[in-house]
Amino acid sequence: MSVYFEVMRGVTVLSKDNEFYLRRLHSLLGIIPIGLFVAQHLVINHFATQGPEAFNKASHFMESLPFVLFLEWFVIYIPLMFHAFYGVYISFTAKSNTQRYGTFRNWMFLLQRVTGVILVVFIAWHIFETRFQKAIGADEVNFDMMADILANPLMFVFYVVGVVSATFHLANGIWSFLVSWGITQSPRSQRISTYVTMGIFLALTVIGVRALLAFV
Amino acid sequence: MNATATNTVVFEILRQDTTDSTPYWEKFELEYRPNMNVISGLMEIRRNPVNTDGKHTTPVNWDMNCLEEVCGACSMVINGRPRQSCTALVDKLEQPIRLEPMKTFPVVRDLIVDRTRMFDSLKKVKAWVPIDGSYDLGDGPRMPERKRQWAYELSKCMTCGVCLEACPNVNTGSDFMGPAPLSQVRLMNAHPTGAMNRDERLNAIMGDGGLANCGNSQNCVVACPKGIPLTTSIAALNRDTSVQMFKNFFGSDHMVD
Ligand code: SF4
Ligand code: FES
Repeated sequence: MSVYFEVMRGVTVLSKDNEFYLRRLHSLLGIIPIGLFVAQHLVINHFATQGPEAFNKASHFMESLPFVLFLEWFVIYIPLMFHAFYGVYISFTAKSNTQRYGTFRNWMFLLQRVTGVILVVFIAWHIFETRFQKAIGADEVNFDMMADILANPLMFVFYVVGVVSATFHLANGIWSFLVSWGITQSPRSQRISTYVTMGIFLALTVIGVRALLAFV
Repeated sequence: MNATATNTVVFEILRQDTTDSTPYWEKFELEYRPNMNVISGLMEIRRNPVNTDGKHTTPVNWDMNCLEEVCGACSMVINGRPRQSCTALVDKLEQPIRLEPMKTFPVVRDLIVDRTRMFDSLKKVKAWVPIDGSYDLGDGPRMPERKRQWAYELSKCMTCGVCLEACPNVNTGSDFMGPAPLSQVRLMNAHPTGAMNRDERLNAIMGDGGLANCGNSQNCVVACPKGIPLTTSIAALNRDTSVQMFKNFFGSDHMVD
Protein backbone atom coordinates (compact mmCIF):
# COMPACT_ATOMS: atom_id res chain seq x y z
CA MET A 1 0.00 0.00 0.00
CA SER A 2 2.66 2.48 0.99
CA VAL A 3 4.58 1.84 -2.23
CA TYR A 4 1.42 2.50 -4.20
CA PHE A 5 0.85 5.64 -2.18
CA GLU A 6 4.35 6.88 -2.89
CA VAL A 7 4.03 6.17 -6.60
CA MET A 8 0.72 8.02 -6.84
CA ARG A 9 2.11 10.85 -4.78
CA GLY A 10 5.03 10.96 -7.18
CA VAL A 11 2.63 11.18 -10.12
CA THR A 12 0.77 14.04 -8.48
CA VAL A 13 3.94 15.86 -7.48
CA LEU A 14 5.37 15.51 -10.97
CA SER A 15 2.23 17.02 -12.29
CA LYS A 16 2.09 19.64 -9.56
CA ASP A 17 0.28 22.19 -11.61
CA ASN A 18 -1.99 19.55 -13.05
CA GLU A 19 -3.52 18.51 -9.77
CA PHE A 20 -6.49 20.78 -10.35
CA TYR A 21 -7.13 19.26 -13.78
CA LEU A 22 -6.59 15.70 -12.55
CA ARG A 23 -9.15 16.24 -9.81
CA ARG A 24 -11.64 17.81 -12.19
CA LEU A 25 -11.11 14.97 -14.66
CA HIS A 26 -11.62 12.48 -11.85
CA SER A 27 -14.88 14.17 -10.92
CA LEU A 28 -16.10 14.40 -14.50
CA LEU A 29 -15.23 10.82 -15.47
CA GLY A 30 -17.10 9.56 -12.43
CA ILE A 31 -20.32 10.88 -13.96
CA ILE A 32 -19.53 10.75 -17.68
CA PRO A 33 -19.02 8.02 -18.74
CA ILE A 34 -18.69 5.81 -15.64
CA GLY A 35 -21.85 6.91 -13.83
CA LEU A 36 -23.92 6.67 -16.97
CA PHE A 37 -22.49 3.24 -17.68
CA VAL A 38 -23.27 2.01 -14.15
CA ALA A 39 -26.86 3.23 -14.41
CA GLN A 40 -27.23 1.59 -17.81
CA HIS A 41 -25.64 -1.63 -16.52
CA LEU A 42 -28.04 -1.82 -13.59
CA VAL A 43 -31.02 -1.23 -15.88
CA ILE A 44 -29.88 -4.02 -18.22
CA ASN A 45 -29.43 -6.32 -15.22
CA HIS A 46 -32.95 -5.53 -14.17
CA PHE A 47 -34.20 -7.47 -17.20
CA ALA A 48 -33.34 -10.55 -15.14
CA THR A 49 -36.51 -9.90 -13.15
CA GLN A 50 -38.43 -10.77 -16.34
CA GLY A 51 -36.71 -14.13 -16.68
CA PRO A 52 -33.57 -15.56 -18.29
CA GLU A 53 -34.65 -14.88 -21.90
CA ALA A 54 -35.25 -11.20 -21.31
CA PHE A 55 -31.88 -10.84 -19.58
CA ASN A 56 -29.99 -12.78 -22.22
CA LYS A 57 -31.62 -10.76 -24.96
CA ALA A 58 -30.70 -7.46 -23.29
CA SER A 59 -27.13 -8.48 -22.53
CA HIS A 60 -26.72 -9.90 -26.00
CA PHE A 61 -27.88 -6.60 -27.42
CA MET A 62 -25.12 -4.85 -25.45
CA GLU A 63 -22.54 -7.37 -26.62
CA SER A 64 -23.52 -6.91 -30.23
CA LEU A 65 -23.14 -3.13 -30.24
CA PRO A 66 -20.86 -2.05 -33.07
CA PHE A 67 -17.26 -1.27 -32.08
CA VAL A 68 -17.90 -2.97 -28.77
CA LEU A 69 -14.21 -3.40 -27.91
CA PHE A 70 -13.52 0.24 -28.67
CA LEU A 71 -16.52 1.28 -26.59
CA GLU A 72 -15.47 -0.95 -23.72
CA TRP A 73 -11.96 0.45 -23.60
CA PHE A 74 -12.76 4.10 -24.06
CA VAL A 75 -16.08 4.31 -22.28
CA ILE A 76 -15.35 1.86 -19.49
CA TYR A 77 -11.88 0.49 -18.83
CA ILE A 78 -9.66 3.52 -19.35
CA PRO A 79 -11.86 6.08 -17.55
CA LEU A 80 -12.59 3.53 -14.84
CA MET A 81 -8.92 2.73 -14.26
CA PHE A 82 -8.03 6.39 -14.00
CA HIS A 83 -10.97 7.04 -11.66
CA ALA A 84 -10.06 4.01 -9.55
CA PHE A 85 -6.31 4.53 -9.21
CA TYR A 86 -6.48 8.25 -8.66
CA GLY A 87 -9.47 7.76 -6.36
CA VAL A 88 -7.62 5.31 -4.13
CA TYR A 89 -4.82 7.83 -3.88
CA ILE A 90 -7.29 10.54 -2.89
CA SER A 91 -8.86 8.23 -0.30
CA PHE A 92 -5.59 7.53 1.38
CA THR A 93 -4.48 11.14 1.54
CA ALA A 94 -7.42 11.87 3.85
CA LYS A 95 -7.26 11.39 7.59
CA SER A 96 -10.87 10.81 8.50
CA ASN A 97 -12.18 12.27 11.73
CA THR A 98 -15.80 11.24 12.10
CA GLN A 99 -15.11 10.75 15.82
CA ARG A 100 -14.40 14.43 16.22
CA TYR A 101 -17.10 15.66 13.82
CA GLY A 102 -19.94 13.18 13.53
CA THR A 103 -21.84 15.31 11.04
CA PHE A 104 -23.79 13.91 8.08
CA ARG A 105 -21.39 15.34 5.51
CA ASN A 106 -18.32 14.09 7.32
CA TRP A 107 -19.79 10.59 7.30
CA MET A 108 -20.62 10.90 3.60
CA PHE A 109 -17.01 11.98 3.04
CA LEU A 110 -15.76 8.83 4.78
CA LEU A 111 -18.31 6.53 3.11
CA GLN A 112 -17.43 7.89 -0.32
CA ARG A 113 -13.85 6.81 0.27
CA VAL A 114 -14.70 3.47 1.86
CA THR A 115 -17.14 2.51 -0.91
CA GLY A 116 -14.59 3.63 -3.49
CA VAL A 117 -11.99 1.24 -2.13
CA ILE A 118 -14.56 -1.57 -1.87
CA LEU A 119 -15.51 -0.92 -5.49
CA VAL A 120 -11.95 -1.25 -6.75
CA VAL A 121 -11.83 -4.75 -5.27
CA PHE A 122 -15.37 -5.65 -6.27
CA ILE A 123 -15.15 -4.41 -9.86
CA ALA A 124 -11.77 -6.05 -10.43
CA TRP A 125 -13.20 -9.34 -9.25
CA HIS A 126 -16.46 -8.87 -11.11
CA ILE A 127 -14.72 -8.17 -14.43
CA PHE A 128 -12.36 -11.11 -13.92
CA GLU A 129 -15.26 -13.42 -13.19
CA THR A 130 -17.41 -12.36 -16.13
CA ARG A 131 -15.97 -10.36 -19.01
CA PHE A 132 -12.44 -11.76 -18.66
CA GLN A 133 -13.71 -15.36 -18.67
CA LYS A 134 -15.53 -14.59 -21.89
CA ALA A 135 -12.45 -12.93 -23.38
CA ILE A 136 -10.31 -16.03 -22.83
CA GLY A 137 -13.14 -18.17 -24.14
CA ALA A 138 -13.66 -19.99 -20.86
CA ASP A 139 -17.30 -19.09 -20.39
CA GLU A 140 -20.30 -17.25 -21.78
CA VAL A 141 -21.72 -14.20 -20.04
CA ASN A 142 -25.38 -14.99 -19.62
CA PHE A 143 -28.14 -15.58 -17.08
CA ASP A 144 -26.81 -19.01 -16.09
CA MET A 145 -23.35 -17.65 -15.41
CA MET A 146 -24.73 -15.09 -12.96
CA ALA A 147 -27.10 -17.61 -11.45
CA ASP A 148 -24.11 -19.93 -10.82
CA ILE A 149 -22.06 -17.17 -9.24
CA LEU A 150 -24.87 -15.89 -7.04
CA ALA A 151 -25.86 -19.38 -5.90
CA ASN A 152 -22.95 -19.12 -3.50
CA PRO A 153 -24.30 -17.19 -0.48
CA LEU A 154 -20.95 -15.54 0.19
CA MET A 155 -20.77 -14.32 -3.38
CA PHE A 156 -24.33 -13.10 -3.14
CA VAL A 157 -23.45 -11.00 -0.10
CA PHE A 158 -20.31 -9.74 -1.86
CA TYR A 159 -22.39 -8.70 -4.87
CA VAL A 160 -24.99 -6.96 -2.72
CA VAL A 161 -22.20 -5.03 -0.96
CA GLY A 162 -20.66 -4.24 -4.34
CA VAL A 163 -23.90 -3.03 -5.90
CA VAL A 164 -24.91 -0.92 -2.90
CA SER A 165 -21.40 0.56 -2.75
CA ALA A 166 -21.68 1.43 -6.42
CA THR A 167 -25.09 3.08 -6.14
CA PHE A 168 -24.01 5.02 -3.06
CA HIS A 169 -20.70 6.08 -4.58
CA LEU A 170 -22.46 7.23 -7.73
CA ALA A 171 -25.29 9.11 -5.99
CA ASN A 172 -23.02 10.84 -3.49
CA GLY A 173 -20.55 11.39 -6.30
CA ILE A 174 -23.20 13.34 -8.17
CA TRP A 175 -23.62 15.49 -5.07
CA SER A 176 -19.92 16.27 -4.89
CA PHE A 177 -19.70 16.71 -8.65
CA LEU A 178 -22.28 19.49 -8.34
CA VAL A 179 -20.18 21.18 -5.65
CA SER A 180 -16.82 20.56 -7.30
CA TRP A 181 -17.88 22.25 -10.51
CA GLY A 182 -19.53 25.08 -8.65
CA ILE A 183 -23.08 24.23 -9.69
CA THR A 184 -24.51 24.02 -6.17
CA GLN A 185 -23.09 26.77 -3.98
CA SER A 186 -25.49 27.89 -1.30
CA PRO A 187 -26.19 25.67 1.71
CA ARG A 188 -29.81 25.37 0.56
CA SER A 189 -28.92 24.20 -2.93
CA GLN A 190 -26.49 21.69 -1.46
CA ARG A 191 -29.17 20.45 0.92
CA ILE A 192 -31.68 20.01 -1.89
CA SER A 193 -29.12 18.14 -3.98
CA THR A 194 -28.51 15.89 -0.96
CA TYR A 195 -32.19 14.89 -1.03
CA VAL A 196 -32.21 14.42 -4.78
CA THR A 197 -29.03 12.34 -4.84
CA MET A 198 -30.18 10.21 -1.91
CA GLY A 199 -33.34 9.59 -3.94
CA ILE A 200 -31.14 8.46 -6.82
CA PHE A 201 -29.25 6.21 -4.40
CA LEU A 202 -32.48 4.55 -3.23
CA ALA A 203 -33.87 4.12 -6.73
CA LEU A 204 -30.67 2.62 -8.16
CA THR A 205 -30.26 0.38 -5.12
CA VAL A 206 -33.75 -1.03 -5.56
CA ILE A 207 -33.06 -1.67 -9.25
CA GLY A 208 -29.66 -3.23 -8.56
CA VAL A 209 -30.67 -5.46 -5.67
CA ARG A 210 -33.87 -6.61 -7.36
CA ALA A 211 -31.77 -7.76 -10.30
CA LEU A 212 -29.45 -9.71 -8.00
CA LEU A 213 -32.41 -11.36 -6.31
CA ALA A 214 -33.76 -12.38 -9.71
CA PHE A 215 -30.76 -14.66 -10.24
CA VAL A 216 -31.33 -16.76 -7.11
CA MET B 1 -17.48 15.25 37.85
CA ASN B 2 -18.94 18.56 38.84
CA ALA B 3 -16.36 21.29 39.24
CA THR B 4 -18.18 23.39 41.79
CA ALA B 5 -18.95 20.49 44.12
CA THR B 6 -15.34 19.38 44.36
CA ASN B 7 -13.94 22.88 44.06
CA THR B 8 -11.13 21.73 41.86
CA VAL B 9 -10.49 21.72 38.14
CA VAL B 10 -8.49 18.95 36.52
CA PHE B 11 -6.46 19.61 33.40
CA GLU B 12 -4.79 16.90 31.34
CA ILE B 13 -2.29 18.43 29.01
CA LEU B 14 -0.41 16.84 26.15
CA ARG B 15 3.07 18.21 26.53
CA GLN B 16 6.02 18.21 24.21
CA ASP B 17 9.38 19.67 25.23
CA THR B 18 10.93 20.28 21.83
CA THR B 19 9.79 20.23 18.22
CA ASP B 20 10.68 16.58 17.74
CA SER B 21 10.54 15.05 21.22
CA THR B 22 7.89 12.51 22.21
CA PRO B 23 4.69 14.03 23.60
CA TYR B 24 3.49 12.95 27.05
CA TRP B 25 0.42 13.62 29.15
CA GLU B 26 0.64 15.57 32.38
CA LYS B 27 -2.18 16.13 34.84
CA PHE B 28 -2.81 19.19 37.00
CA GLU B 29 -5.43 19.84 39.64
CA LEU B 30 -6.29 23.44 40.42
CA GLU B 31 -8.52 25.17 42.86
CA TYR B 32 -11.79 26.16 41.20
CA ARG B 33 -12.56 29.83 40.85
CA PRO B 34 -15.77 31.22 39.36
CA ASN B 35 -15.66 32.25 35.67
CA MET B 36 -12.37 30.49 35.01
CA ASN B 37 -11.42 29.86 31.43
CA VAL B 38 -8.75 27.60 30.02
CA ILE B 39 -6.22 30.44 29.80
CA SER B 40 -6.68 31.44 33.45
CA GLY B 41 -6.17 27.78 34.32
CA LEU B 42 -2.96 27.71 32.31
CA MET B 43 -1.81 30.91 34.05
CA GLU B 44 -2.44 29.24 37.39
CA ILE B 45 -0.33 26.26 36.30
CA ARG B 46 2.41 28.63 35.20
CA ARG B 47 2.38 30.24 38.64
CA ASN B 48 2.65 26.92 40.38
CA PRO B 49 3.79 24.18 38.01
CA VAL B 50 3.19 21.15 40.22
CA ASN B 51 1.44 18.16 38.65
CA THR B 52 -0.93 15.73 40.37
CA ASP B 53 2.00 13.49 41.36
CA GLY B 54 3.20 16.42 43.45
CA LYS B 55 6.18 16.80 41.16
CA HIS B 56 7.52 20.23 40.30
CA THR B 57 7.54 20.46 36.53
CA THR B 58 8.20 23.04 33.83
CA PRO B 59 5.42 25.56 33.23
CA VAL B 60 3.14 24.70 30.32
CA ASN B 61 3.72 26.82 27.22
CA TRP B 62 0.89 28.27 25.19
CA ASP B 63 0.28 31.21 22.93
CA MET B 64 -2.19 34.05 23.37
CA ASN B 65 -2.67 37.65 22.51
CA CYS B 66 -6.06 39.37 22.31
CA LEU B 67 -7.95 37.27 24.89
CA GLU B 68 -11.21 38.02 23.08
CA GLU B 69 -11.26 35.57 20.18
CA VAL B 70 -10.04 37.89 17.48
CA CYS B 71 -6.37 36.98 17.06
CA GLY B 72 -6.52 33.19 16.89
CA ALA B 73 -3.16 32.72 18.62
CA CYS B 74 -4.54 30.71 21.54
CA SER B 75 -6.14 27.97 19.43
CA MET B 76 -5.70 24.43 20.71
CA VAL B 77 -7.61 21.17 20.87
CA ILE B 78 -9.83 21.26 23.94
CA ASN B 79 -11.65 18.05 24.84
CA GLY B 80 -11.09 16.81 21.31
CA ARG B 81 -12.25 19.94 19.49
CA PRO B 82 -10.02 22.67 18.08
CA ARG B 83 -11.06 26.09 19.39
CA GLN B 84 -9.79 29.21 21.13
CA SER B 85 -8.73 28.67 24.71
CA CYS B 86 -9.47 32.28 25.71
CA THR B 87 -13.18 31.74 25.16
CA ALA B 88 -13.29 28.19 26.52
CA LEU B 89 -15.07 28.59 29.85
CA VAL B 90 -14.28 25.98 32.46
CA ASP B 91 -17.91 25.89 33.64
CA LYS B 92 -18.99 24.78 30.19
CA LEU B 93 -16.36 22.06 29.79
CA GLU B 94 -16.45 18.48 30.88
CA GLN B 95 -13.69 17.44 33.24
CA PRO B 96 -10.92 16.44 33.10
CA ILE B 97 -10.24 19.18 30.56
CA ARG B 98 -7.92 17.71 27.98
CA LEU B 99 -5.67 20.14 26.15
CA GLU B 100 -3.67 19.18 23.08
CA PRO B 101 -1.85 21.21 20.46
CA MET B 102 -3.37 21.39 16.95
CA LYS B 103 -1.17 18.65 15.57
CA THR B 104 -2.01 19.47 11.98
CA PHE B 105 0.69 22.11 12.46
CA PRO B 106 4.27 21.52 13.60
CA VAL B 107 4.34 21.65 17.40
CA VAL B 108 6.83 24.20 18.73
CA ARG B 109 6.41 23.36 22.38
CA ASP B 110 3.51 22.06 24.49
CA LEU B 111 0.42 23.83 23.16
CA ILE B 112 2.23 26.20 20.82
CA VAL B 113 2.10 25.37 17.15
CA ASP B 114 3.69 26.96 14.12
CA ARG B 115 1.01 28.26 11.74
CA THR B 116 3.52 29.54 9.16
CA ARG B 117 1.98 27.42 6.43
CA MET B 118 -1.21 29.46 6.65
CA PHE B 119 0.64 32.74 6.19
CA ASP B 120 2.61 31.24 3.33
CA SER B 121 -0.66 30.23 1.70
CA LEU B 122 -2.04 33.75 2.08
CA LYS B 123 1.04 35.01 0.26
CA LYS B 124 0.70 32.35 -2.38
CA VAL B 125 -2.90 33.29 -3.16
CA LYS B 126 -2.12 37.03 -2.98
CA ALA B 127 -4.67 37.66 -0.25
CA TRP B 128 -4.34 41.41 -0.43
CA VAL B 129 -5.45 44.30 -2.62
CA PRO B 130 -2.42 45.70 -4.46
CA ILE B 131 -2.60 49.50 -4.55
CA ASP B 132 1.09 50.45 -4.44
CA GLY B 133 2.35 52.38 -7.41
CA SER B 134 4.64 55.23 -8.34
CA TYR B 135 1.82 57.76 -8.45
CA ASP B 136 -1.47 58.37 -6.68
CA LEU B 137 -4.08 56.10 -8.22
CA GLY B 138 -6.92 58.09 -6.72
CA ASP B 139 -10.05 56.61 -5.21
CA GLY B 140 -10.91 53.10 -6.23
CA PRO B 141 -14.35 52.00 -7.34
CA ARG B 142 -16.97 52.01 -4.60
CA MET B 143 -18.31 48.84 -3.10
CA PRO B 144 -22.08 48.61 -2.70
CA GLU B 145 -22.98 48.79 0.98
CA ARG B 146 -24.86 45.50 0.99
CA LYS B 147 -21.93 43.77 -0.63
CA ARG B 148 -19.64 45.31 1.97
CA GLN B 149 -21.79 43.89 4.74
CA TRP B 150 -21.61 40.47 3.13
CA ALA B 151 -17.85 40.71 2.59
CA TYR B 152 -17.37 41.76 6.19
CA GLU B 153 -18.36 38.29 7.32
CA LEU B 154 -15.58 36.77 5.21
CA SER B 155 -13.10 39.32 6.53
CA LYS B 156 -13.54 38.08 10.10
CA CYS B 157 -11.05 35.26 9.54
CA MET B 158 -8.27 35.39 12.13
CA THR B 159 -6.07 32.71 10.55
CA CYS B 160 -6.53 30.67 13.71
CA GLY B 161 -6.11 27.33 11.94
CA VAL B 162 -9.14 25.64 13.48
CA CYS B 163 -10.60 24.88 10.05
CA LEU B 164 -7.34 23.29 8.94
CA GLU B 165 -7.23 21.20 12.09
CA ALA B 166 -10.83 20.11 11.42
CA CYS B 167 -10.22 19.22 7.77
CA PRO B 168 -9.50 15.54 7.02
CA ASN B 169 -7.62 16.58 3.89
CA VAL B 170 -5.12 18.83 5.63
CA ASN B 171 -2.42 16.52 6.97
CA THR B 172 1.18 15.50 6.50
CA GLY B 173 0.25 13.39 3.47
CA SER B 174 -1.23 16.31 1.52
CA ASP B 175 -0.27 19.85 0.61
CA PHE B 176 -3.83 21.18 0.82
CA MET B 177 -3.77 24.80 1.97
CA GLY B 178 -7.13 24.38 3.69
CA PRO B 179 -10.33 26.44 3.72
CA ALA B 180 -9.14 29.72 5.31
CA PRO B 181 -6.83 31.00 2.54
CA LEU B 182 -9.34 29.89 -0.09
CA SER B 183 -12.09 31.93 1.48
CA GLN B 184 -9.74 34.91 1.52
CA VAL B 185 -9.45 34.59 -2.25
CA ARG B 186 -13.19 34.96 -2.47
CA LEU B 187 -13.05 38.01 -0.21
CA MET B 188 -10.26 39.72 -2.16
CA ASN B 189 -11.87 38.89 -5.51
CA ALA B 190 -15.14 40.40 -4.30
CA HIS B 191 -13.44 43.69 -3.55
CA PRO B 192 -13.81 46.08 -6.52
CA THR B 193 -10.11 46.96 -6.50
CA GLY B 194 -9.03 43.45 -5.54
CA ALA B 195 -11.00 42.08 -8.48
CA MET B 196 -8.45 43.72 -10.78
CA ASN B 197 -6.20 40.75 -10.01
CA ARG B 198 -8.83 38.07 -9.69
CA ASP B 199 -7.37 35.78 -12.35
CA GLU B 200 -4.00 35.75 -10.58
CA ARG B 201 -5.62 34.53 -7.37
CA LEU B 202 -7.76 31.97 -9.16
CA ASN B 203 -4.72 30.62 -10.97
CA ALA B 204 -2.87 30.40 -7.66
CA ILE B 205 -5.58 28.24 -6.08
CA MET B 206 -5.70 26.09 -9.21
CA GLY B 207 -2.10 25.14 -8.48
CA ASP B 208 -0.58 22.56 -6.19
CA GLY B 209 -2.25 22.15 -2.80
CA GLY B 210 -5.11 24.37 -3.90
CA LEU B 211 -8.84 24.31 -4.21
CA ALA B 212 -9.21 20.93 -5.90
CA ASN B 213 -8.02 19.15 -2.76
CA CYS B 214 -11.30 19.88 -1.00
CA GLY B 215 -13.25 16.67 -0.46
CA ASN B 216 -16.41 18.29 0.90
CA SER B 217 -16.43 16.82 4.38
CA GLN B 218 -17.65 20.29 5.35
CA ASN B 219 -16.12 20.11 8.82
CA CYS B 220 -14.57 23.55 8.39
CA VAL B 221 -17.85 25.38 8.32
CA VAL B 222 -18.95 23.54 11.47
CA ALA B 223 -15.67 24.31 13.23
CA CYS B 224 -15.00 27.95 12.32
CA PRO B 225 -15.44 30.10 15.45
CA LYS B 226 -16.23 33.10 13.27
CA GLY B 227 -19.08 31.41 11.44
CA ILE B 228 -17.48 32.06 8.06
CA PRO B 229 -19.42 30.32 5.25
CA LEU B 230 -16.31 28.41 4.16
CA THR B 231 -18.06 25.72 2.14
CA THR B 232 -20.07 28.31 0.25
CA SER B 233 -16.81 30.13 -0.50
CA ILE B 234 -15.24 26.92 -1.74
CA ALA B 235 -18.20 26.07 -3.97
CA ALA B 236 -18.25 29.64 -5.34
CA LEU B 237 -14.54 29.38 -6.12
CA ASN B 238 -15.18 26.04 -7.77
CA ARG B 239 -17.50 27.86 -10.16
CA ASP B 240 -15.03 30.71 -10.69
CA THR B 241 -12.21 28.30 -11.43
CA SER B 242 -14.41 26.26 -13.77
CA VAL B 243 -14.82 29.41 -15.85
CA GLN B 244 -11.17 30.40 -15.40
CA MET B 245 -10.10 26.99 -16.64
CA PHE B 246 -11.85 27.58 -19.97
CA LYS B 247 -10.56 31.14 -20.20
CA ASN B 248 -7.01 29.87 -19.69
CA PHE B 249 -7.39 27.17 -22.27
CA PHE B 250 -9.12 29.07 -25.04
CA GLY B 251 -7.87 32.55 -24.21
CA SER B 252 -10.15 35.39 -23.18
CA ASP B 253 -10.45 39.16 -23.22
CA HIS B 254 -12.22 38.98 -19.88
CA MET B 255 -9.60 37.74 -17.45
CA VAL B 256 -10.57 40.20 -14.74
CA ASP B 257 -14.23 40.79 -15.44
S1 SF4 C 1 -11.81 30.48 8.48
FE1 SF4 C 1 -12.52 30.41 10.62
S2 SF4 C 1 -11.56 28.53 11.46
FE2 SF4 C 1 -10.48 29.02 9.54
S3 SF4 C 1 -8.71 30.20 10.18
FE3 SF4 C 1 -10.33 31.69 9.67
S4 SF4 C 1 -11.39 32.07 11.62
FE4 SF4 C 1 -10.14 30.23 11.92
S1 FES D 1 -6.02 35.07 22.62
FE1 FES D 1 -6.67 35.91 20.70
S2 FES D 1 -8.17 34.46 20.11
FE2 FES D 1 -7.66 33.77 22.09
